[in-house]
Amino acid sequence: MSDLSHAPAPSRLQKVMDSTMMYSFRRNPVAVASLAVFLVIAVLSFLAPLIAPYDPYDPASIDLMNSEYPPAWVNGALPEFVLGTDDQGRDLLSTILYGTRLSIIIGLCAVALQAFLGITIGLVAGYVGGRTDSLLMRMADIQLSFSTLMVAIIFLAVTQALFGSETFNRYAVFFLIAVIGVAEWPQYARTVRATVLAEKKKEYIDSARVLGFGPLRIMIRHILPNSLSPIFVISTVQVANAIISEASLSFLGLGMPPSQPSLGSLISAGFDYIYSGSWWITVIPGIVLVVLVLVINLLGDWVRDVLNPKLYKG
Amino acid sequence: MKDLSSAGPLLDIQNLEKKFDLDKGFLETLKLRGGRLIRETRAVHAVNNVTLDVHKGEAVCVVGESGCGKSTVARMVAGLLAPTHGEIHYAGQRIDNLSRHAMRPLRKKIQMIFQNPYASLNPRMTILEALEEPVRHHNPRYSNAEVRDRVAEVMRSVGVDPAWAKRYPHEFSGGQRQRIAIARALTVDPEFIVADEPISALDVSIQAQVLNLMLEAKESRGLTYLFITHDLSVVEHFGTRVVVLYLGSICEVADTATLFSNPKHPYTKALLSAVPQLKDDRPNHIRLKGEIPTPINLPKGCPFRSRCAFANKRCDEEKPKTIQQPDGSLVACHAVEEDRLDTAASV
Repeated sequence: MSDLSHAPAPSRLQKVMDSTMMYSFRRNPVAVASLAVFLVIAVLSFLAPLIAPYDPYDPASIDLMNSEYPPAWVNGALPEFVLGTDDQGRDLLSTILYGTRLSIIIGLCAVALQAFLGITIGLVAGYVGGRTDSLLMRMADIQLSFSTLMVAIIFLAVTQALFGSETFNRYAVFFLIAVIGVAEWPQYARTVRATVLAEKKKEYIDSARVLGFGPLRIMIRHILPNSLSPIFVISTVQVANAIISEASLSFLGLGMPPSQPSLGSLISAGFDYIYSGSWWITVIPGIVLVVLVLVINLLGDWVRDVLNPKLYKG
Repeated sequence: MKDLSSAGPLLDIQNLEKKFDLDKGFLETLKLRGGRLIRETRAVHAVNNVTLDVHKGEAVCVVGESGCGKSTVARMVAGLLAPTHGEIHYAGQRIDNLSRHAMRPLRKKIQMIFQNPYASLNPRMTILEALEEPVRHHNPRYSNAEVRDRVAEVMRSVGVDPAWAKRYPHEFSGGQRQRIAIARALTVDPEFIVADEPISALDVSIQAQVLNLMLEAKESRGLTYLFITHDLSVVEHFGTRVVVLYLGSICEVADTATLFSNPKHPYTKALLSAVPQLKDDRPNHIRLKGEIPTPINLPKGCPFRSRCAFANKRCDEEKPKTIQQPDGSLVACHAVEEDRLDTAASV
């Protein structure tokens, strides 16, 4: 044993590459392909300001005369617009890149907010127990009995009426993050509470209590690190859900304004022209959205299988 | 049972009682009996009226079969459970009703070692983190070097190489983990250790190792132990005094030597006769008939009555009190008190 301890310690990268998780990842072609597709979409969209041929946010670069050109492989296309243009004459490729970036940002931030609220509430409910637990979990039940979209539609419609369209459009990103974040916290809270209840009974928690650590320290330093795997699993699924929610709200006209298009508002804008033959304005962002959500969900499936092997192989 | 300190016992437990409610909430207490709705709260009487003192330097062993309340006593002393009735005093100070904040200085003095070394270390913390955390928590003014020295000293004293500190608990064997768990309790320099079956989850060859480590720590650090176990051979090796529990009540308290040479309570006799011995080719066990009564509906008289060969009418009705015997042991038995054991001796 002492021989082992003197052997050179493997580097951090080496450790990660040798871990069970990486092994299972390399053995799973679906996971590898999903991650590759997700990374391509994410990197391209985050590099949008550098690689997009046009800036869709800049009204000076938009010419209304260019509107509704089809993609390059269809007759009557202009070569400078690879994926065609939308109803306002914006280059569809650039708009999709910017829109995807916006959708991913909203998805991640909304999930971060959900996770923060849900983990805090779940930890407190599970660890403190008793009346606090009942109260918080009944709140979660009430929240869950309304559908996310219903809450979001009411909230966004009211704020839009309250602040006026102009102010609303300026802060639409924050409103969307807030409403999607707040509407879905019970998912996290319930999962976290369940794992906390299981961890709380283990002896290392008793040991921490005998050593005189406070509840906050026990929750954050001892219970939370041991509850991370279910949190990872739901996080991936929740990102996909949040992107879908954002797209749905934008499609309904309650999300991003036409001047700052996200994937949802692009699909929505193109919907008006689908009968006049301009299918690409709706279909191409739609395909991007479907692929993005699909690969995130496939990754989520893989994470769940790895972190929770009892689920399917039991 | 020599009184080492003249200032009274280090730990003094008085009439300790713990009930666990089975029916929580209003709706669960409602029951239908004979066509009528009544309110009834059932409770498990885990510990009943236990009085016990532990003096400095002793190693008091609590023995008894599963479910007799041994661990509950340990957890109440360590402050993990609040007693339903009774008081626990430590060095003259009542500790069972202190707030977490008021308890903090005492946490350094009373520590606990747990049964299962596979569960008592946080799997996401390296053992260095696990050992440094209590040192820093209780000595916020220590410099990093002092913390490191303290941890290294404790690790060496339990026979764990400080070079292994960067590893996680799953990289160690059960015996090594239990030694790390002991080290963790020792980091705060305690004077009293509650050990809740610390060796029952270990391999027999490792048990001796861990026991000797605990004895060694007792000598070098002047520790006092409250040792919970169901293994009588361990008691003989380790304990200075023995408490026999049955169904949450004390049967007999005696010095280890006295108890093993001259057990008095019928239950203690039965327990001792069950210890396997090498020379025993024709074992003469005292066979207890029946089962332990349920701790939900405690029998009215002596808790051991239903399985005792010497039980009579008085045992059915009156709960025996612990009575001091000529050799210093305390026994709670009507038959011993009335001296009917020897006359009726069929064992």
